[in-house]
Amino acid sequence: MGRIFKFEKDVDTDQIIASQYLLFPTIEEMKSHTFESLDAEFAENVRPGDFVVADENFGCGSSREQAPSVLKALGVKAVIAKSFARIFYRNSINIGMPVIVSKELHDAVSAGDEMELDLENGTILAGGKTYSCTKLPQKMQDILDQGGLIASLNKED
Amino acid sequence: MAHTLIEKLIGNKVGKEVFPGDIVTVPVDWCMVDDIMVAFAAAKFEEMGFAKIWDPDKVVLIYDHFLPTTQADDSRQFRAGNAFADKYGLKNVHRTDGICHQLMTEAGYVKPGDIAFGTDSHTTTYGCVGAFSTGIGYTEMAGILGTGELWMKVPESIKVVIDGTLPSNVTSKDVILRIIGDLTASGATYQSLEFSGSTVDNMTLASRMTMSNMAVEAGAKCGIFAPDEKTCEYCNIPYTEKEKALRPDADASYSRILTYKAEDMVPVMACPSLVDNIKPVSEVSGTKVDQVFLGSCTNGRLEDLHAAAEILKDRHIAPYLKMIVTPASVKIYREALADGTLGILSDAGAIITTPGCGLCCGRGGGILCDNEVVVATNNRNFLGRMGTSKVKIYLASPKTAAMTALTGVITEA
Repeated sequence: MGRIFKFEKDVDTDQIIASQYLLFPTIEEMKSHTFESLDAEFAENVRPGDFVVADENFGCGSSREQAPSVLKALGVKAVIAKSFARIFYRNSINIGMPVIVSKELHDAVSAGDEMELDLENGTILAGGKTYSCTKLPQKMQDILDQGGLIASLNKED
Repeated sequence: MAHTLIEKLIGNKVGKEVFPGDIVTVPVDWCMVDDIMVAFAAAKFEEMGFAKIWDPDKVVLIYDHFLPTTQADDSRQFRAGNAFADKYGLKNVHRTDGICHQLMTEAGYVKPGDIAFGTDSHTTTYGCVGAFSTGIGYTEMAGILGTGELWMKVPESIKVVIDGTLPSNVTSKDVILRIIGDLTASGATYQSLEFSGSTVDNMTLASRMTMSNMAVEAGAKCGIFAPDEKTCEYCNIPYTEKEKALRPDADASYSRILTYKAEDMVPVMACPSLVDNIKPVSEVSGTKVDQVFLGSCTNGRLEDLHAAAEILKDRHIAPYLKMIVTPASVKIYREALADGTLGILSDAGAIITTPGCGLCCGRGGGILCDNEVVVATNNRNFLGRMGTSKVKIYLASPKTAAMTALTGVITEA
């Protein structure tokens, strides 16, 4: 079980990690600034295994891969949203972080609730209720299964 | 079967008929890597164990976000980029020439029918010449640098038809803002925006570039125009059967069709702090403004500078207001210098800066503080993009921006 951190619609990549931190040499140094303009305490409060749950169009804006990377580095297990912006979606899979579409979850849960994700069966358990969520296209599931694009390309060699 | 423009383009590249939803692996004509991402892409490239770049001549490295540097660490990116270019034999390196999305067509790289990927979301810009281009992350870029190809899903298409003559105070910026307002910031996610109609046929390439550039603000994968004679002239190539064939079939199938009459368009703005919070300028006029920014890959071209100069000639911007003018490329800078445009803007009190991304990405000069208001011609008004998260950013056309600079309050041109 992990806790839910809830966000609304159109969360953009500047809000996930602002441009002034993009050049920090490592993701480890960037991660304490995650969601700084929306929830200054997020990085301190989130624990490995927690989930980010959002409304429509999560991750819109820039192509910065640092956005899913800081979430993964903080231990966010998956992002579950009603929909994702396409670059954020691809980047997440490429770095090995699950991004799951659920049309129902966001409106049904509150910040701090606990949930469990079953990726294989495409279900989410929260507050005693089971929600269905979209499974990934096979191409993406393969990349994710291998731990991201780097591991996946290395395997092809 | 009938096909949309993007289906035809991708079909040509993979040598078979394709349909929306198909997952295809496409050959890549151009890769664009910018200064923000080059160090990260280089590190991932080496981590993947590639010995060489699949074709160094198809890779373009452009420094623009940090030009000139404003923080002590910024030049690290240049050093990383230079080392990567030297090691792998990159020849197409632009270190001080302007914004990547301007240079990729201006410097003669991307042509009609090409497929290009870049490490910046506004890579959609090259749709203005009838190319497929979109933004990707740096890990994915590292993969292309090694393999020369990328898998993608053939997108569905939204057809946008605009017919008629635009009012004189309305530009292609107002048109694309209106479209984004109607679609919303996620209304075109994963889809191709296909622009057509007599209004866009009559637009300059520079104006079309503004619309392709902002397609991503509606979530689109690309924003594309069928190439015409003007496109080929801009790209310095003959207009042949190949380009003529690159157009959608009349009975192609679209997920949605938006139709506009140009005469109904009015000047609009994207109000704080969402790109789809579109209002007519007349509804927000009178709001006091601290700074105006004219520049970016959206609206930093010669026609944009001309539009501002026409309004500001022999006049002076409002007291207390700062106006920052940042041409999109050195070529544009020199043209505007030669024809007197920069002189007019300077006489009017504007600060003219070196070509590059400048204030648009919040790294250049002109950073604002809490409760200040900026009217800007770029493409994003996200919270905190140009300073603190309490800065209010309004996105507008160069005409609206210049009129606002003149009066000191939001003003319709």
